[in-house]
Amino acid sequence: METTSRTFPANARAGLADAALQTSLARFQGGFQVKRAEAAGRLPEFEALRDEARAIKDHTLAHLDHYLERYEAQVTAAGGTVHWCETPADARETILSLCKETGARTVTKSKSMIAEEMALNPFLEEHGIEPIETDLGEYVVQLADERPSHIIAPAVHKTRDQVADLFHEKHSPLGLTRRLDRVEELVEEARHVLRPRYLAADVGITGANFLIAETGSSAVVTNEGNADLTQILPRVHIVIATLEKVVPTLEDATTIMRVLARSATGQEFSTYTTVSTGPRRPGDADGPEAYHVVLLDNGRSRMLGSEFRDVLRCIKCGACMNHCPVYGAVGGHAYGWVYPGPVGAVLTPNLIGLEEARHLPNASSFCGRCEEVCPMRIPLPAMMRTLREQEFSRRLGPAGMRAGIGAWAWLVRRPALYRLATGIAIRLLGAMGRRRGRFARLPLAGGWTDVRDMPAPEGATFHALWRKGRRA
Amino acid sequence: MPAAPRRVGLFVTCLVDLFRPTVGFAAAALLERAGCEVVVPAAQVCCGQPAYNSGDRADAKAIARDVIAAFEPFDATVAPSGSCAGMLKRHYPSLFAGDAAWEPRARALAERTFELVSFLVDECGMEEVDARREGRVTYHDSCSSLREMGVRAQPRRLLASVDGLKLEELSAPDVCCGFGGTFCVKYPDISGRMVADKARDIAATGAGTVLAADMGCLLNIAGRLSREGSAVEARHVAEVLAGMDDRPAIGRPARAR
Repeated sequence: METTSRTFPANARAGLADAALQTSLARFQGGFQVKRAEAAGRLPEFEALRDEARAIKDHTLAHLDHYLERYEAQVTAAGGTVHWCETPADARETILSLCKETGARTVTKSKSMIAEEMALNPFLEEHGIEPIETDLGEYVVQLADERPSHIIAPAVHKTRDQVADLFHEKHSPLGLTRRLDRVEELVEEARHVLRPRYLAADVGITGANFLIAETGSSAVVTNEGNADLTQILPRVHIVIATLEKVVPTLEDATTIMRVLARSATGQEFSTYTTVSTGPRRPGDADGPEAYHVVLLDNGRSRMLGSEFRDVLRCIKCGACMNHCPVYGAVGGHAYGWVYPGPVGAVLTPNLIGLEEARHLPNASSFCGRCEEVCPMRIPLPAMMRTLREQEFSRRLGPAGMRAGIGAWAWLVRRPALYRLATGIAIRLLGAMGRRRGRFARLPLAGGWTDVRDMPAPEGATFHALWRKGRRA
Repeated sequence: MPAAPRRVGLFVTCLVDLFRPTVGFAAAALLERAGCEVVVPAAQVCCGQPAYNSGDRADAKAIARDVIAAFEPFDATVAPSGSCAGMLKRHYPSLFAGDAAWEPRARALAERTFELVSFLVDECGMEEVDARREGRVTYHDSCSSLREMGVRAQPRRLLASVDGLKLEELSAPDVCCGFGGTFCVKYPDISGRMVADKARDIAATGAGTVLAADMGCLLNIAGRLSREGSAVEARHVAEVLAGMDDRPAIGRPARAR
């Protein structure tokens, strides 16, 4: 997928200036935070479950080769095929050739962030295959020719009014005669348009929340049931997932599901849990004729052996971005690639390069809320700091910043000299600021004074006063 | 009441040293009232966070070694800041992980490092203060106090004992004010939006004063309040607890003599 992570500061300014986006963000973040807190509060063992979920993923990641081989063997035994793909390009080509073998003209898709990683929709379109998003949010984003701005609420950046206008514009040629503006009407309209598309699709592509090694199954959770129709109606079902989605057993998957829905939407469980194992068996009433799994690496095996291994525990619940004040201020598009928010600030530099995405791990006040709510206890701020260390040692950031920090540290390590220098500066600033108590402008401090005053210092340093024996 | 550690090294913090020495004196007074002997080592400047959070690990370690050496002799190291105390307590040990010479020293210091108000309550058994302040105040929990140092109830408990003071809680006391060290100058638009939200929350409480336990947050919040022309005062909580809240609030003019 194309990226605009490099221009994060400008993207962020655009987000801050977008009144409709700000309305949507304020409403959604508050709602998700309250729901998660209530759901966690209702379950006495919630914290223990987080530990259990983390332990499952840690164990799996420590034996990933074993569980992936086991998973493939079970998929094969169930009559399916696993396609190992190292890069997004490999995965796209694999999916295209499967579609071509089927003679596919339309493909239904349930929500998948991995499809975003490989920019699957534009690729299929280029090759004459029409992809149809079936998750309502993804459908809205596709109609608007935009990208998801949140991993579980892809159209969260749009207001209801904007969606109403969009449907009015895009569905009028399909027979919509008036502008619908109630949410229920809009949902009904999308359902009405999507229903025949499900039936006509030749291939159904689903993502996966879990790949289950013991059975060779994939599991997807949704609130709309769209994954069921996507995988069961077409002749061919393709599951797309990355390596770290595997867990040992169905029971492990259900343990993690208990923290997933609570962390994501505050539900006890997602409305639909859709499990698929291989193609239709003799005697089955329905199901696809063929079952394929496109298993994408895209940097995961490299991360497995790095200091970023723990982020592979991520179950894509979105809690970190739901609680992040930076995400809440700028919205998901500002991050400029597939994954926004705190987990995006760690994943994006790892997947597309720190040169492209160096702003993302810097754009954090390290407030720590993301780590506090992450069901898998991923140390996101510490990982952002590690990325800043890589940026610093590879000299990717502004040279002036590095020089400034170096000079400051040099002075800090010489307390006598530091006190001399700061003593003079503070006396001066204190005298200058005495009358008003604050500075509206200060040389070299534009980043501070553009948005707030700089309070004037009291005028003498603590150490000078203490040394003189002056007590309060 | 647990016996107070006798000799306390006061880690003044660079922002208190430069901007608000009153807070250092308030901290020293409170510690002495709690029965501690307060020592201010001369060889201290900063905890190293500006380097650490900018990715300059080598300088962060060099500064940390100086701090460890300066504060090793004391029974406890106390800072009037959750952020600086958190740096010593949570981050020094990981900075020196695997370093045979320095990791044990970093860990030993970390075990004896505390944020001021929680030290007074949890370690010294302080239950009340002898202070008076008429009117309504609100309290901002700094992110590091809250999430790194486990400080939430302690300042509220001591504030409840201040005569005449009524605490009005923020609607989102656990949300960052947007300071974040160098973050606030690297991404001023985002930081500005966060502190504007905080100022709105403060105004909605109707309190005339906002208190916090970290000078970083306070400079940010006070600067935003004065930019907006707000009448709300910002002070470090130690000033109120020590009865040293008679001087001008942060960012307010010196009184005419």
